[in-house]
Amino acid sequence: MVDWALIAESWPLYLNGLKVSLILMAISVSASFLLSVPLAIARVSPNPLLSKPVFLYTYVIRGTPLLVQLYMIYFGLAQFEWLRESAAWPLFRNAWFCAWLAFALNSTAYTTEILAGALRQTPSGELEAARSLGLSTFSIYRRILLPSAMRRALPQYGNELVMVMHATSIASAVTIVELTRTARDVYYNNLAPLEAFGLVAVFYFVITFTLVGLIKLLEARFLKHLRPKSADPRPA
Amino acid sequence: MTPFHADPDDAMFLHGYLPAILEGLRSTLAVSAVSLAIACVFGLIGAGAKLSASRAANIAADTYTTLIRGLPELVLLLLIFYGGQILINSLADKAGLGYLDINPFIAGTTTLGFIFGAYLTETFRGAILAIPRGQSEAGLAYGMSRGQVLRRIILPQMVRHAIPGFTNNWLVMIKATALLSIIGLDDMVHRANLASAATREPFTFYAAIGGIYLAVTTVSILLLGWVERRFSLGVRKVEF
Repeated sequence: MVDWALIAESWPLYLNGLKVSLILMAISVSASFLLSVPLAIARVSPNPLLSKPVFLYTYVIRGTPLLVQLYMIYFGLAQFEWLRESAAWPLFRNAWFCAWLAFALNSTAYTTEILAGALRQTPSGELEAARSLGLSTFSIYRRILLPSAMRRALPQYGNELVMVMHATSIASAVTIVELTRTARDVYYNNLAPLEAFGLVAVFYFVITFTLVGLIKLLEARFLKHLRPKSADPRPA
Repeated sequence: MTPFHADPDDAMFLHGYLPAILEGLRSTLAVSAVSLAIACVFGLIGAGAKLSASRAANIAADTYTTLIRGLPELVLLLLIFYGGQILINSLADKAGLGYLDINPFIAGTTTLGFIFGAYLTETFRGAILAIPRGQSEAGLAYGMSRGQVLRRIILPQMVRHAIPGFTNNWLVMIKATALLSIIGLDDMVHRANLASAATREPFTFYAAIGGIYLAVTTVSILLLGWVERRFSLGVRKVEF
């Protein structure tokens, strides 16, 4: 029924695909995290000139499919002659660069909203206390608002990381040989869909729940104060 | 669209491909609607199984939701589309039928329905749990049957609690239908692929369908927001 020989023979290919998927995820997530911190601060700003453009950005990105965004960047930009003749063209011709750009820009929109939501939940007393101590706006963000907002955002951010991991499968549509492309190649060469896609499913499943486990560890570390206290507190 | 071309066809909006793209939109919307209906069925069954007293049902539903959340939509789609094709044909072979071709519409709606059914399971479960237990107990005490309690007490109130999660899933699902172009569904993305190849203006067409997706999600948000307000009449919000 299941062709174990094929699985034994092809799994080294999957390891390579796994490496590509993980790298793609890591570079996308790092870029989106760096971008979304300033954007989230702008998103909650009382100044509409700062918050409105960020809202527009996250709304447009979150309202359109990632596949279309990727196609727009990878296939679409070739339409413009000025870009084809510019120095940046070798970058935009490269599938890796385009996939990274699309995933990073997409994840930035979601991460910005998650972080902005967490910033809005800051208890107003914390901000008042920080102001009354005479901290500068920069210090208030760095020492008071961002650390606590990032803690609150952790569970949702974990979901976002899993989403990005799963989204990297879309890179298979633009010639990048990551996990899903590997599975599709193994399928086309052997016409064994259950083995090819079943094996890749196992890989994704393991990565997803490893990520979920890591986030749980971070939550245990950083959200310790929110855990329900034990019913009979023993003397310390 | 680009001013430096002299071709008279270029003067037309989207080179005259707009009707073809709108036909693709019809297929995108049809797939979304059918998938949503299937997802609601899976979601209600799943929520029922999670809340049921039977341990076997609990375990089955937990396996279902965990499995789906652990896998990318595209991988499930490929697995069910290509794997299902082989499975159905080996069954058809045994039954003495000829070769059966799974059509991407059926494979796509079944798969998306199955995937989003898992997410809706959690939405519906949360919505049912949000209704105070005393209400269904009171219904039973008045001599209503379990079906009547479900229909008259649980479902109408569940809608209000389920709508935010439901809206979210619907938006994610519309966007996920774009992936069906990869398994050969003739949807809006596929039409844009064809038009881009013919006109060599890919950006124009991908931007155009991006705009249409945005319009669909915007209308969905407005409509479902209205439904939520309709079902929340008489519920007071906290005012700070």
